[in-house]
Amino acid sequence: MYSTNAFDQPVLLSDAEALLPMAGDRVQAGFPSPAEDFAVKRIDLTEVLVTHPQATFLLRVSGESMKDAGIFDGDMLVVDKAIKPRHGHIVVAVVDGEFTVKYLHMRAGRVKLKPANVTFPEILPKEGQTLEVWGVVTSAIKRFVC
Amino acid sequence: MYALVDGNNFYVSCERVFRPSLQGRPVVVLSNNDGCAVARSNEAKELGIKMGAPWFQIKHLEDEAGLVALSANFTLYGDMSDRMMSLAAGLGPTQEIYSIDESFIGLDGVRGDLTERARKIRARINQWVGLPCGIGIAPTKTLAKLANHIAKTAERKPGSYPADLAQVCNLAALPASDLDAVLAATDVGEVWGVGPRIGKQVKAAGINTVLELRQLSTSTVRANWSVVLERTVRELQGQSCIGLDDAPSAKKQIACTRSFGQAVTDELPLVEAVSEFASRAAFKLRKQSSLASEVLVFVRTSPFRDTPQYNRSIVVPLVRPTANTSELTAAAVQGLRHIYKPGFQFAKAGVMLLDLIPETQRQAELVFAEPYKSVCSEGRDRLMAAMDMLNERFGRSTVHVACTGAERNTREWAMKQERRTPAYTTSWDQVAVARA
Repeated sequence: MYSTNAFDQPVLLSDAEALLPMAGDRVQAGFPSPAEDFAVKRIDLTEVLVTHPQATFLLRVSGESMKDAGIFDGDMLVVDKAIKPRHGHIVVAVVDGEFTVKYLHMRAGRVKLKPANVTFPEILPKEGQTLEVWGVVTSAIKRFVC
Repeated sequence: MYALVDGNNFYVSCERVFRPSLQGRPVVVLSNNDGCAVARSNEAKELGIKMGAPWFQIKHLEDEAGLVALSANFTLYGDMSDRMMSLAAGLGPTQEIYSIDESFIGLDGVRGDLTERARKIRARINQWVGLPCGIGIAPTKTLAKLANHIAKTAERKPGSYPADLAQVCNLAALPASDLDAVLAATDVGEVWGVGPRIGKQVKAAGINTVLELRQLSTSTVRANWSVVLERTVRELQGQSCIGLDDAPSAKKQIACTRSFGQAVTDELPLVEAVSEFASRAAFKLRKQSSLASEVLVFVRTSPFRDTPQYNRSIVVPLVRPTANTSELTAAAVQGLRHIYKPGFQFAKAGVMLLDLIPETQRQAELVFAEPYKSVCSEGRDRLMAAMDMLNERFGRSTVHVACTGAERNTREWAMKQERRTPAYTTSWDQVAVARA
């Protein structure tokens, strides 16, 4: 804080502009805002819907077999490949080389895929086959105005 | 200590994530213009398809062996690479992304069982992104690359190496005699930095395996070959000479060149093509915060065809260094008009931006004729920044200079990409479908 320079020599002023840092917040002439102490970030949809960014993918629904779960033709699914699939999860599975969205049933050593529509059949793995779960559906997005 | 994480058959693996029906089948990915196979699944390799095999030579395997050939989908591969690299970074404190599918990780200070840690990261990448990869761990980068090669070969060809080296291979964890055995079983040509030319030379001197190369004295190597090979041998001996390269240095030249999907004879489509290449190069220029002082343009006919040959280039110097698309495109078009000649079947054209300087080094020039347009330049910079932002958000060429052509998909010189899969992760309208 205290200079130890000798003062017997003239000190050269630089001809650079003297830039002073501004005070951080705007200094208001009137009241400080009562909301200042409560300021919090707005809701960020991506933060809410995506837990594992590297493992999250979007897939579009085609078909009627999950209606009773509120998943309709044309909906966009948020699928997370990092979540360990459990009984009762809605999952995207690979059946005959194609993606299918169904409920995962894992109880008492039996694994199968169940639709959410009474007019559709269950899917059971064939003899010697394992069911391949691609990812867990965490949300479904419906857009009304695009 | 270093790890090298490398995706297996990367482009094909990316495609299989979204098209599971391709698992277990022979698949190749074709380069720009659907020309050559630049990625092959293991099944395709078993059919004898070599890296870089021209498509017309292997096309018959479509019917004969059920081969599936896809056009390169770089938009997809780039995004999948980002995801993989982000997870690979969890292996250690520092990372060097070496290519689209390879990354070195510095392991200094990482405690615990490195092999186990690598297995967990490998499993995570496979589960989270759907991409299989190999991981090599060793005290030097050259050995880590070798370890990665061993990890992949041990998995793909059972019996070539001890089974516990498959998928993840930690050379630092091997007792000396086991390491010697592994190096003795590996061809010297597999060493990073030993290409076909050097490989022939060392083999002529009786060095056939990596073990034999490692056993040479470094002074002998320097005397008989080069200081570069000496560094490689030191690395093989466990002495780390190559560090992690954190930030890639700015390129000294930027090129954008393409072969045409079909031969072009008229000037206008060449103007469109050259404008497009200049625009793309200008974008890359701005991304690395540089300015260009010269623009090189070339056009050529195909050397493989029996038509009259024409191959000319021209360098257009710029009044002042710039990164502005309009200025660079104008210079490129001006150059093209100079070298264009009717009556030839042009097969390829390109634009190169030369004499690059960092944008902080802008110099004023002595102007005799026109008043210095410094007022315009800041506005133009903002225009370029806005254009880049729009193109990044809505897709390349959302905003473009008019001379690149209005009807984007019907441009006659546009690349043939007849077998490209959708942009599954970057375009809302092109996502994969799940049947309900």
